[in-house]
Amino acid sequence: MKFVVIQFPGSNCDQDCYRVVGQVLRQDVRYAWHKDTHIEPDEAIIIPGGFSYGDYLRTGSIARFSPIMESVIEAAKSGQPVIGICNGFQILCEAGLLPGALVRNRDLHFICENRLLRVETDQTRFTMTYDQGAEVRLPIAHGDGCYTADSKILADLEENSQIVFRYIDHYGKASQKGNPNGSMNNIAGICNLEGNVLGMMPHPERASEKLLGNIDGRGIFESLIRSVC
Amino acid sequence: MDEKKTTLGRLASNIKVAPLIRKPVETGMAEMPVQVPVHEQLPVKGVSDPDITLELIEKHGITSEEYDQIKSILMREPNFTELGIFSVMWSEHCSYKNSKPELRKFPTTGKRVLVKAGEENAGVIDIGDNMAVAFKIESHNHPSAVEPFQGAATGVGGILRDIFTMGARPVANMNSLRFGPIQGNKEQQKTNRRLLAGVTGGIAHYGNCIGVPTVGGEASFDTSYNGNPLVNAFCLGILRHDQIRRGAASGVGNPVFYVGAKTGRDGLAGAAFASRDLTEESKEDRPAVQVGDPFMEKLLMEACLELFEHPDAVVGVQDMGAAGLTCSTCETASRGDAGIEIDLARVPQREKGMTPYEIMLSESQERMLIIIKKGHEQTVEKIFDKWDLDASEIGVVTDSGRCVIKNHGQIVANIPAKPLADDAPVYHRKASEPMDFKVRQELDIDAIHQPVDMHNAVLTVLGSSSIASKRWIYRQYDHMVQTNTVTLPGSDASVIRVPVESQNNEKPQAKYLAMSLDCNGRYCSLDPREGAKAAFVESARNIAMSGGEPLAITDNLNYGNPHVPEVFWQLREGVEGLSEGCKAFGIPVTGGNVSLYNQSPIGAIDPTPVVGMVGLIEDEAHITTSEFKRKGDVILLVGGWGDEIGGSAYLEECHNLKQGMPPRVDFTKEKKFQDAVKSALKKGLVHSAHDISDGGLAVALAESCINGNKGCGIGTEIKVKQKGRLDVILFNETQGRAILSTSKKNEKELLKHFERAGIEVETIGKVVADQHLWLQRKNTDHHLRWTLQELSHCYEQSIPKVMDS
Repeated sequence: MKFVVIQFPGSNCDQDCYRVVGQVLRQDVRYAWHKDTHIEPDEAIIIPGGFSYGDYLRTGSIARFSPIMESVIEAAKSGQPVIGICNGFQILCEAGLLPGALVRNRDLHFICENRLLRVETDQTRFTMTYDQGAEVRLPIAHGDGCYTADSKILADLEENSQIVFRYIDHYGKASQKGNPNGSMNNIAGICNLEGNVLGMMPHPERASEKLLGNIDGRGIFESLIRSVC
Repeated sequence: MDEKKTTLGRLASNIKVAPLIRKPVETGMAEMPVQVPVHEQLPVKGVSDPDITLELIEKHGITSEEYDQIKSILMREPNFTELGIFSVMWSEHCSYKNSKPELRKFPTTGKRVLVKAGEENAGVIDIGDNMAVAFKIESHNHPSAVEPFQGAATGVGGILRDIFTMGARPVANMNSLRFGPIQGNKEQQKTNRRLLAGVTGGIAHYGNCIGVPTVGGEASFDTSYNGNPLVNAFCLGILRHDQIRRGAASGVGNPVFYVGAKTGRDGLAGAAFASRDLTEESKEDRPAVQVGDPFMEKLLMEACLELFEHPDAVVGVQDMGAAGLTCSTCETASRGDAGIEIDLARVPQREKGMTPYEIMLSESQERMLIIIKKGHEQTVEKIFDKWDLDASEIGVVTDSGRCVIKNHGQIVANIPAKPLADDAPVYHRKASEPMDFKVRQELDIDAIHQPVDMHNAVLTVLGSSSIASKRWIYRQYDHMVQTNTVTLPGSDASVIRVPVESQNNEKPQAKYLAMSLDCNGRYCSLDPREGAKAAFVESARNIAMSGGEPLAITDNLNYGNPHVPEVFWQLREGVEGLSEGCKAFGIPVTGGNVSLYNQSPIGAIDPTPVVGMVGLIEDEAHITTSEFKRKGDVILLVGGWGDEIGGSAYLEECHNLKQGMPPRVDFTKEKKFQDAVKSALKKGLVHSAHDISDGGLAVALAESCINGNKGCGIGTEIKVKQKGRLDVILFNETQGRAILSTSKKNEKELLKHFERAGIEVETIGKVVADQHLWLQRKNTDHHLRWTLQELSHCYEQSIPKVMDS
């Protein structure tokens, strides 16, 4: 499968995503600079984590106006897979490709640690290699990861099975204790109604190699690869 | 308000507008009459420049002898700008004038050394296969004392620049922190909490944004740091041998470029500020603290690394850190045996109406000076254009040997480069042993009652801020970005992967680096020499426990005012102690930092020579962590039960005594011990390895249990065969010891391994399914038991409890 990793000034997980897709999973991968506008029709798009444009004003709010984003929006609307990780999720929300917003963590601190998540649906092209309800451990690393939306949006997300990952505690419950940042409904990742755009705060690319002690995130990339076979 | 405007302005330009690449203005140096020799061209006096008076000289921290030396260098009186330039270049921070004779005692050579200490911004060490590491530690103590968030943030920014200036990509940060006590509700303790929160936030802000993982470090707390916290930031970068960059200006006619952020009035004379005691009035020095912009630095770093891929284009690189434009121009000129001529009118400025004095002394962050080979200007322009950064040609390399600073074509400073950069006065300060040195080392253990409740004593020591888990701190740092962090924070050393570029497209190989920062200030306060030796061996021990072979150290020497003979004596003892360690272990010092004047009205800090050691792990299989792993494993105590209780955490926490002779270091014995541990790890005989340091055996066991239990729900049962006082057995901090766990099957071979090496060893217990730490004295019914829940709670919650309430 062909992947393209978008690079904004301030992206800092671009090389990590590139490495996992290219070296670990042995797929075709290239970078696209934010001033570029070209995206191939058969490419899966990764918007990596980081601090695009320094996250000034509001996370993801400036990146959204980059030339490349017009092409990303176009590709997303035509059904190409798009995955936004961390800052990428924030950008997707700002660009209107996903509903809701990510605001400051509940305790105001940046948090970097492994967290337990539940895969809420195996019916997406990003999660088809997981079992429905599987519990996975993925690293989070963000200061603004508190998912926020109005009650209508939340109801729709629940109704349409658009919630892909939820934070849970050690007992498997989506409790406040299991919720690291105060996200509504313990949301860690959502997809659009069509199911081709995924946004998630945890970092699957940091959990894709045995050496790093965790391969729970690899399935997301593997699902995507399998979805086109 | 101004700051906000410029930030937004830049953001706007990032999106659509092409950046400014400044071309040399038409007038200026080309038209300078050539008849007058450069050294005779006199600088002008600015309209707003004050007259040079005795008071002004003193205010610049320049003594009358130093002023005479300046006059003889210039062969005239300096003007205001020149006085400012000399004051920052000859500050302790830039010139090491008080510590130089001591620093010369460090061994700095070795077969792996590619760039030596003091030659460049950071030392560079060979790790084989054409790969190398550049690493260094630097202090930002004074700025952090008055403005903890920005002070710490810019400390990280500065050390990152030191590393990528060398041509290396930064891959790991660490930090060593010291604060006054954070437990309690006195004003000072509240301030200490505010400082810890601010410093942690600042480090997180900068390191997380730029995308370099903060993989570990250390923090401890003591009253001597009240009012004078320590913030030492370490950075390590990797590079190929051919990527090493030098900070020298050479090639007459080569253009000098200024790249990165605009110059503002922030951080004016910060280096001079850092070379004074901290006083009540220090708050007024807040303008001397710089403001950091990690996003700008990220762009600058990427642009510079991209530029360095064109080796033909780049002649020299120097970051603008302490003393800013002043230091970078005169140091590059001096290193290149050349001269440099710049015009300040071409320096991108954030504010209007800045005087030459202000521009030269500004410590605005995220700026670099790059000397380009003539004809390659377009390469620079193209790359900096891509990253939307300012790149301005501000001058040229000359053969005059002088730094000639102009403003709109008029000379405002004209100083010979070499004497300014290299001939700062050197002082041999008076050293004397403190009167109470011997008294403080006396300790009558019989006069100290054993705690009635030993169960509680262990919890007290384990839960003390200096020993308790630092998770509250490192959780705020992105320690996983770059996906190379093999050992997460909380183990003995941090281990990262170094991707090695593959030859012929084969599967990429990897090497691994272990890193550790260490210093026990309490030991150093009781015996500065033994304390420094202990810092060295502890750092080496942490590397050994992780499976690494020490390569080299960087050091951060934090001391009080060197004019106080007792303080200078501490510095000398510390340097000599570290040097002994380096010689005994055969590894060099590759550079570092001296931070003096860490002195508040209540006195000097405990001597704190922080050692940052880097070790190489050749094989993934050798990487070892500290937590117990498998039920049924046996636990070995290596290096004996020990008996040195002087200067221990136990005496301080349970008896409020900072007293006694700290543990002695025997380098020969220690090295034999560490070598034996390393070879055992390499043979694959060991499941976990944890050294015994702060808090003794009790804390080491508790830590290995707590972290082991997290993974797989296990506990430990220990039999104490040793006779004598139980508090001494549990809490002594005798060096050269560790607890190892291994399978029942490998137990005999491991015991033999150490016996053959002549190291004391015995099996003291086993890993069990019950989630507790059970301790029984041999042949008695006397036992102690802690549930892992209570140990974990005490260890994990100690700092969050006071910080989050």
